[in-house]
Amino acid sequence: MTDHLPILLVIIPMVIAPAIVVINRSSVSRLGSLAGLWVITAIAGYLLMQTAGGNRLRYEIGGWKPPYGIEYVIDPFSAFVSIIVAGVAAIVLTGASQSVTMQIPKSKHTLFYATYLLCTAGLLGMCVTGDLFNVFVFLEISSLSSYALIALGHSRRAALAALQYLIVGTIGATFFLIGIGLLYQMTGTLNMADLADRLPIETGSRTLLVAFAMMTVGLAIKMAVFPVHTWLPNAYSHAPESVTAFMAATSTKVSVYAFIRLTYTIFSGEFAFEILPLDSELMLLALMGVYVASTGAIFQKDIKRVLAYSSIAQVGYMILGISLNRPEGLAAGIAHMMNHGLIKGGLFMAVMAMSLRLGSTRMDDLRGIGRTMPWTAMAMTIGLLGLIGVPLTAGFVTKWMLLTTTLQINAPIIAGLLLVASLLAVIYSWRIVETMFFAEPSARAAAATEAPPVMLGCTWLMIALVIVAGVYPMPAVWATEAAEFLLGQGR
Amino acid sequence: MFEPPPLLNYWIVIFLMMTGFYIVIGQRNLIKSVIGLNIFQTSVFLLYITIGKVRGGTAPILQSTGQHNGHTEHTEHLSSGGHGQNHSIAAAELHGDIDPSVPPMVADKWDHGHRVEGHDLEPHVDGVTDVLYSNPLPSVLMLTAIVVGIATTALALALIVRIREQYGTIEEDEILALDRDEDIAFERAAAENAAGSNTAVVTV
Repeated sequence: MTDHLPILLVIIPMVIAPAIVVINRSSVSRLGSLAGLWVITAIAGYLLMQTAGGNRLRYEIGGWKPPYGIEYVIDPFSAFVSIIVAGVAAIVLTGASQSVTMQIPKSKHTLFYATYLLCTAGLLGMCVTGDLFNVFVFLEISSLSSYALIALGHSRRAALAALQYLIVGTIGATFFLIGIGLLYQMTGTLNMADLADRLPIETGSRTLLVAFAMMTVGLAIKMAVFPVHTWLPNAYSHAPESVTAFMAATSTKVSVYAFIRLTYTIFSGEFAFEILPLDSELMLLALMGVYVASTGAIFQKDIKRVLAYSSIAQVGYMILGISLNRPEGLAAGIAHMMNHGLIKGGLFMAVMAMSLRLGSTRMDDLRGIGRTMPWTAMAMTIGLLGLIGVPLTAGFVTKWMLLTTTLQINAPIIAGLLLVASLLAVIYSWRIVETMFFAEPSARAAAATEAPPVMLGCTWLMIALVIVAGVYPMPAVWATEAAEFLLGQGR
Repeated sequence: MFEPPPLLNYWIVIFLMMTGFYIVIGQRNLIKSVIGLNIFQTSVFLLYITIGKVRGGTAPILQSTGQHNGHTEHTEHLSSGGHGQNHSIAAAELHGDIDPSVPPMVADKWDHGHRVEGHDLEPHVDGVTDVLYSNPLPSVLMLTAIVVGIATTALALALIVRIREQYGTIEEDEILALDRDEDIAFERAAAENAAGSNTAVVTV
């Protein structure tokens, strides 16, 4: 039975999704999806235990031997990202039930839950598959369902935001597909491990360069790296809060995962960073992204937009970690995937609670909410501290890892830029804290009551995990293991 | 016979790709951008199919019996159809020209796309002669990609219908202008509200 766990991770949500559409009862679909998501979270946790110490599990679908058949590969890195996706999906959906009831028309409930499950299945599939074309298929499954989820937002702008994301996202995915085609043309295989053996990395032929460039650009769009990030603020701010909380915590991270896989498993660190100057380019884009997005966050009038811009900045930190081209830097980038997922998930869940009680997420309406919703506002504050990187929070651990790595490679300028960037985070975070606690309550905030207990509990579960990860840095340990595994797998 | 110039397919792919990409970027009409997106995706289908094509290769269907049997059957069938004997032989010969089971010269017919060979093509089963097949895998991959493309287009068009219902237009510039007006009106209303409540406080 346990042999089949890797595929169950994808199959369970994919089977429940159509089943609940057929049954078409709101309560059944809610319970069914929650049960499914918690089961796959347990499976992902179990797989993470199994892969401890660089263990690798391979699953041949239908018994076809790779490289002819498709295989799923669970290694420390994919298990690490799967637990982020599955865990966040489960926690967010558990806490979001009131928000879903209020914001989404009753007739669309089953479809919402089914689409949410499909999105989770797509993201998990991207994590576990060892076949390059499969990555594309799962990328499109998760993307198409997230376009549909974004379009569920209550304002009319949601549909336009979803369409803009759809156009940009499809271009990105198609670029990725072109890259896959070129790699297949060179090697005649789609299996990642087999590709790594067959690609003529040393000669650096032009087809190879074009393929790598296409795939990098395609994934960069999905990751929302600086110059191609413009879809993200609209998509995050017009989507329903429950969707934003889930997507902000998972979808960009899975694309970062796919990029790291591409760079380290299929190509190699030497190809990307020594034959090609990807390290300096990515570093430049990452730092520009951090600065532009953090500055943009300061001037936003809607709290969802503030946090969306900060998400772009945080992706910059992950890319920066990769671009340092050191095991420690890679570990920092990977650890930040989980740390930021927890922080942003918690923050957007607090936003979800506020939106439920206020009916608005504008900064003006948030004034004085600390008096009527103290627990939600407290959770938000701790999350923001994590975003800044204050000690005892998860954000501190990764910023510390990044900082020590930059000092190791003797780049004090980058270390300085990182510290200054944290000051920008202080500014936009303080603006939110000041609005919540030190302003006269707005009419809406004065009438608000504390969030419903389940939603509050799930928000605090995320925030508690942020603190646990700051005091007892398990994500950093797992990430270091994953980074060592990636760098040590031959080549 | 007409010989297409080398790499012609790839030039077509690039042309279509750039046409589609330009339409996506250049057009402000939402429907037209979606059509451009479609052309862009279609060019990739052509790229994959070109990769899979082996010059002189046939459809990858396993020939279960030897070619000799196949030919006699064929001839018998034709003669039973009432044709004269001479006629049927001529038909069989003509057929032989394009018969997929006739082995072409395998070695020199590889397409340029196949310098490095993978583990595809040429099943060697007992009793089956060497037959040159086109690579079926890229076509199979493209079936999946076509499905993805249809889903994307359908979703995009559904979103455009909703946008049209709610904004009354599908020109992106006009939609953005409507959004801007809405923002300005909202700010003004909020400012008036704030001013109103302030004066209320003063008068009390």
